[in-house]
Amino acid sequence: MTTPELVSSGPVIPVPHRVSAIRRETRDTFTVDLRPPDGLPVESFAPGQFNMLYAFGIGEAAISISGDPGRRGFVTHTVREVGAVTTWLGRLGAGADVGVRGPFGRGWPVAEAAGRDVVLIAGGIGFAPLRSLIYELLAHRDLYGRIGLLYGARTPGDVLFRGELEEWSKSGWVDVHVSVDRATESWRGHVGVVTTLLRNLVFDPAETIAFVCGPEIMMRFAAAELLRCEVAPGAIHVALERNMQCGIGLCGHCQIGPAFVCRDGPVFSYDVVEPWLAVEEL
Amino acid sequence: MVDAAALEALPSLLRARGYRVVGPVERGGAIVLDELASWDDLPRGTTVELGPGAYRLRKRPDEALFGYVVGPQSAKTWLHPPAVLEFRAERSRGRVTVVAEPADPSPVALVGLRPCDLAAIRVHDHVLGDGPVADPRYRSHRGAAFLIVVDCAEPAATCFCASMGTGPSATGGFDLALNELLDEDGHRFVIEAATDAGAEVLGALATRPVPLDDEVRVEAAHERARMAMGRRLDPGRARDVLRNAVESPAWSEVGDACLGCANCTMVCPTCFCTTVEDVTDLTGDHAERWRRWDSCFTFQFSRLSSGPVRTSTAARYRHWLRHKLETWHEQFGESGCVGCGRCITWCPVGIDLTEEVARLESATPESGDVA
Ligand SMILES: Cc1cc2nc3c(=O)[nH]c(=O)nc-3n(C[C@H](O)[C@H](O)[C@H](O)COP(=O)(O)OP(=O)(O)OC[C@H]3O[C@@H](n4cnc5c(N)ncnc54)[C@H](O)[C@@H]3O)c2cc1C
Ligand code: SF4
Ligand code: SF4
Ligand code: FES
Repeated sequence: MTTPELVSSGPVIPVPHRVSAIRRETRDTFTVDLRPPDGLPVESFAPGQFNMLYAFGIGEAAISISGDPGRRGFVTHTVREVGAVTTWLGRLGAGADVGVRGPFGRGWPVAEAAGRDVVLIAGGIGFAPLRSLIYELLAHRDLYGRIGLLYGARTPGDVLFRGELEEWSKSGWVDVHVSVDRATESWRGHVGVVTTLLRNLVFDPAETIAFVCGPEIMMRFAAAELLRCEVAPGAIHVALERNMQCGIGLCGHCQIGPAFVCRDGPVFSYDVVEPWLAVEEL
Repeated sequence: MVDAAALEALPSLLRARGYRVVGPVERGGAIVLDELASWDDLPRGTTVELGPGAYRLRKRPDEALFGYVVGPQSAKTWLHPPAVLEFRAERSRGRVTVVAEPADPSPVALVGLRPCDLAAIRVHDHVLGDGPVADPRYRSHRGAAFLIVVDCAEPAATCFCASMGTGPSATGGFDLALNELLDEDGHRFVIEAATDAGAEVLGALATRPVPLDDEVRVEAAHERARMAMGRRLDPGRARDVLRNAVESPAWSEVGDACLGCANCTMVCPTCFCTTVEDVTDLTGDHAERWRRWDSCFTFQFSRLSSGPVRTSTAARYRHWLRHKLETWHEQFGESGCVGCGRCITWCPVGIDLTEEVARLESATPESGDVA
């Protein structure tokens, strides 16, 4: 008989963080900066990792970190309001408290991108974890070859991170292409599925690494296009979404095939997940 | 060796050492695990008849104390409880504080576990106790528990531990192991300790050396039990069959029969899935988080904001069976099934996983070709 261990705050208990800033990105999406309690450092994280954000008494949602890994002092998330927890978060003002667990999961394999061309394909809110990756890439821009970003939004009003898109594009650091599913009159950009933009990018398929995040169907099309351009399946990385309750491999909810998405992902190399995604309702 | 009468001291010996004593008792027509006030609470002279969707208590012609096999509960109820308060949170003038609820410190002694139950505990050790992130509550309950196993002499029609390599006799993982003998030489137990804690309790009991004849009798009982197994499943073969059967049309048949009631996952001693429930009181300023058992058979289990991933019952049954018998191997290096047969017994429509594997095997021509 041993002495029972105390349940430490660890990964199970949310740590209250303070909203230091919250800004609307679009009609239904906002970005929030969360500051840890006095004396606690911001947990370091890898782009592609996520936190569990706790809405007091309501529930929790898995939300990717969308901020710059080099920025200290707060952790940034970009959230689309789709239900109870995300809507609650969107109503908060500066100074409010939000419970935070994590960061959890395996992020984008940034180290593998060194010396290669980088293709980033984002759909909708899937842009959030890729923004964090772009900051990381740009912090060491000379390590990489060409960097191309293809981003698809539903309508021009849904385009996230307009300022960043403009800045990256103008500086010439990133070759940015944005597409919308449905255009409005003032939209002068591309209309159609984001994968058709691939032909606008210059990259050397044999020396390319691709990072893709968006709706599952979009990721499958994007991967198929990349494969057709002869990018190797192991060089394509996608971030999956599954139901998550614990974030730490204990609740069983996020399983896809043999993987726990929270722990083994959310980022996977496409050759690993392709057979799983090919099966309906897996 | 200990005489049946001398073993009556066990509950009080365990209580004196700080344990809550939990064991098999009869309640509402089934044998469940509950607090044992005294040795007399054990279901003496009782056996069970088990079949697909069938559980019946029967009188035995003798006074055996452990003459029945597994009931609907297992050690899971005590080591990985159905509902756990994780934390309380308070909101006052906009500030939130979160206070972790300490793990229930009262150690439990589980009496009358079966070898398959011990195997299931070992499985949970790998899933909850020593993964990359362990569940501190499981570790706390598990670390404090005292486990008393009874080897099986009379397996049920639903048992298949012998083929799964998990029974009918326990080879380790217990504090004390019992083998019940009841014949013209009297009512007695061969008792063995595998830990220091077990040896200490054993030392406090009135024991005597085991006669050679009784050692032989115990061996013979194990052998008879092995032969009497009602069912069998080869875990390696089952894994290969399932690997080849992911898109088999045979799933829709079992999907039509399955009610999606989740009984199988509730009674399964290895199913570990949980969900969290966040609640507030009426003021809205006091919140609690509860962690509760969940089941991959529920519609909401795989829910995303776009809807559930597994909408059909067939897909949910496939996920369950593949997890138990196929993907568990990749996740934890072993089968997620220990052959206890509970899911067969407690399925209202009598779905039998050993039969489903056989059906998938015959419906999937290329099975067996996997290296
Ligand atoms: C790894 C990962 C990263 C994510 N990153 C982001 C991000 O950066 N930005 C963003 O806006 N969204 C992100 N999501 C999606 C986000 O977690 C869901 O939209 C959110 O959980 C919905 O919660 P809700 O209560 O607001 O919505 P509702 O639709 O009201 O949710 C109601 C119920 O649906 C279920 N549910 C729906 N989706 C999920 C889910 N993914 N996990 C668990 N339960 C779910 C829950 O049972 C919940 O109680 C991410 C998801 C994952 C898995
Ligand atoms: S799957 Fe069925 S037989 Fe196997 S351990 Fe679970 S309840 Fe027992
Ligand atoms: S079979 Fe279902 S309920 Fe059981 S452990 Fe696996 S996912 Fe969880
Ligand atoms: S979210 Fe709980 S196991 Fe992955």
